[in-house]
Amino acid sequence: MPIENTETPAIGDVRVGPDVFRVICWIASATAVGILGWIIYEIVDSAWPAINKFGLGFLTSSAWVPNRENFGVLPFIIGTAVSSFIAILLAFPLGLAIAIFLSENFLPLPVRQTIRFVVEMLAAIPSVVYGLWGIFVVIPLVKVFGDWAVSVFHETWMIPGVDGGPATQVGIPILETLFAPPAYGNSMLTASIVLALMILPTLTAISRSALTAVPKTLREGAYALGATRWEAILGVILPTAAPGVVAATILALGRAMGETMAVAMLIGNSSRLSWSLLSPGGTLAGLLANQFGEADGMQVNSLMYAALILVVITLGVNLIGEAVLRHTQKATAGIR
Amino acid sequence: MKSTAILSAIVAFAAIASDAHAQQLSGAGATFPAPLYQRWGVEYNKLFPAVQVNYQSVGSGAGVKNFTAGVVDFGASDAAMSDAEIAKVAKGVVMIPATAGEIVLAYNLPGVTKLNLSREVMAGIYLGKVTKWNDAAIVKDNPGVTMPNVAIQVASRSDGSGTTFIFTQHLSAISKDFADEVGTDKSVTFPVGVGGKGNEGVTALVKQSPGAIGYVEYGYAKNNGVAMANLQNKSGNFIAPDIAGAAATLANVQLPENLRVWPVDPEGANDYPIVSFTWLLLYKKYDDAAKSKALKDFLAWGLTEGQKFSEELGYVPLPAPVVEKAQAALAIVQ
Repeated sequence: MPIENTETPAIGDVRVGPDVFRVICWIASATAVGILGWIIYEIVDSAWPAINKFGLGFLTSSAWVPNRENFGVLPFIIGTAVSSFIAILLAFPLGLAIAIFLSENFLPLPVRQTIRFVVEMLAAIPSVVYGLWGIFVVIPLVKVFGDWAVSVFHETWMIPGVDGGPATQVGIPILETLFAPPAYGNSMLTASIVLALMILPTLTAISRSALTAVPKTLREGAYALGATRWEAILGVILPTAAPGVVAATILALGRAMGETMAVAMLIGNSSRLSWSLLSPGGTLAGLLANQFGEADGMQVNSLMYAALILVVITLGVNLIGEAVLRHTQKATAGIR
Repeated sequence: MKSTAILSAIVAFAAIASDAHAQQLSGAGATFPAPLYQRWGVEYNKLFPAVQVNYQSVGSGAGVKNFTAGVVDFGASDAAMSDAEIAKVAKGVVMIPATAGEIVLAYNLPGVTKLNLSREVMAGIYLGKVTKWNDAAIVKDNPGVTMPNVAIQVASRSDGSGTTFIFTQHLSAISKDFADEVGTDKSVTFPVGVGGKGNEGVTALVKQSPGAIGYVEYGYAKNNGVAMANLQNKSGNFIAPDIAGAAATLANVQLPENLRVWPVDPEGANDYPIVSFTWLLLYKKYDDAAKSKALKDFLAWGLTEGQKFSEELGYVPLPAPVVEKAQAALAIVQ
């Protein structure tokens, strides 16, 4: 197709190319902002009867009983926080290690780029596929692990009874509580493991760009002073890139909190609170995915209220992540 | 060149849309019968290409709402419509049972091929009171079977569903404790167990966990080869779930004039205890006579020929007396 010259008209006229393009961009950006506002307005509007009825008690009540019109989302807020936190705990060391590996010249560039491509491809796998993979692969593994953990952490030691009384068996504190029987396959642990894989690309990609953004001068300076590569990574490069890595972690956390389908398929969807990671739990996003279809009346209002809470949490987390990222970019730009 | 192609496409589309014989029928409602109604739409369209049926499975609640608002030609609901809901529809309502479902308790106990569950045990399991497979109450009903000392892993539906509604309705009818503690609804909070999303989610839960039990529609359990428990009915007999038994149960049901009835606790000696109809919602009078005729023809076909697709999709075909009453109700529609 021939390229048309659109910049011919005289100064002061409307230039068809640039000006129209600018207007289109303006409208597009305004639409994006407008839609976010509209979504929030709609959610608040539909949630209003529930907000009126339950107030802030909605956040602290652990009863979600649709047929008794009794709604509270504490177990789901805790479930969202715990599953995302464990996911970060699992994904952070892995993601950071991959990011360091990819930003250093341990391997030839083509190999590194292949690895990077593969890791980033993890982000392209649909959520429901992660869910199915979780059902057929992770759940059986977690069940085996759960049965093992229960057998090891419970009744580990035999304490002889005092004065010839019956002996008592005690388990390992804390671990005994975190891995309490019965061990379910659809559990907080399963959901967290799959979430960890799902957020790995986000964590790796942003951490890697923070690491590669560390100015060459710093790296070369460290080597010039006699630092080994190990010392340079730990003492100079990582501390400089730290805010970027923190931002990566926060953004990954935001993704984990909003993740819906895979979690709904794996977490067991229970509103009972439990300390055990082997017990089923629930998340806000999973609750919405599960119950919206057949809900009516106050249940819809309450689900919208839960959606509002989820939106506020994830928007907040993402804003903090973006702010940290922006701050870092400014800081490293100064050194360069 | 390009614009000519687009223009001709538009003209062709307009020609299809304005085809005097084309008839669009839109429906919305319950998710449970959706596969059957959608299959009806496809098969009917093969026979009568002029009629296109579009059924959206949006849920029973939303189906009743859309139907009341008049944005669809017909609705569908697992819970029919209450008298108060019917009163809101100026055009009048005709409810027609269109198909039926049977709910089974699927279980996973290696080595146990036949399992009898009494009414007390079934309610006890879902209340978290019966927790081991070798509970004395279970052993008593299963002479000759060695029940393992394994914890019962209870599975339920995490999403709102007509299946849960029918199951909890039966449990509430047979156990006062269950009615008080849990109650009946499309989504309830069970005191025990894990929730799976959809029939497929619960089936997967049961298949993967030795010791698990879960309620699913018959078709899902059968297609997945999961063992199903024999349930005790009101007469005290243990009945194996199958299509013939469920059809026999439904044939015994006395339909009232508005055809709205739930056999929550059927009384026949050989009745399978957990079955239910699901309803189509029609207006008594349609403004468009052609549409009314197309819809009536389509449903008349669904009540007769359409029932043949029930069994392969896991539904219970309507027994002849029910079909007769449904046809009579359909005749009222104008």
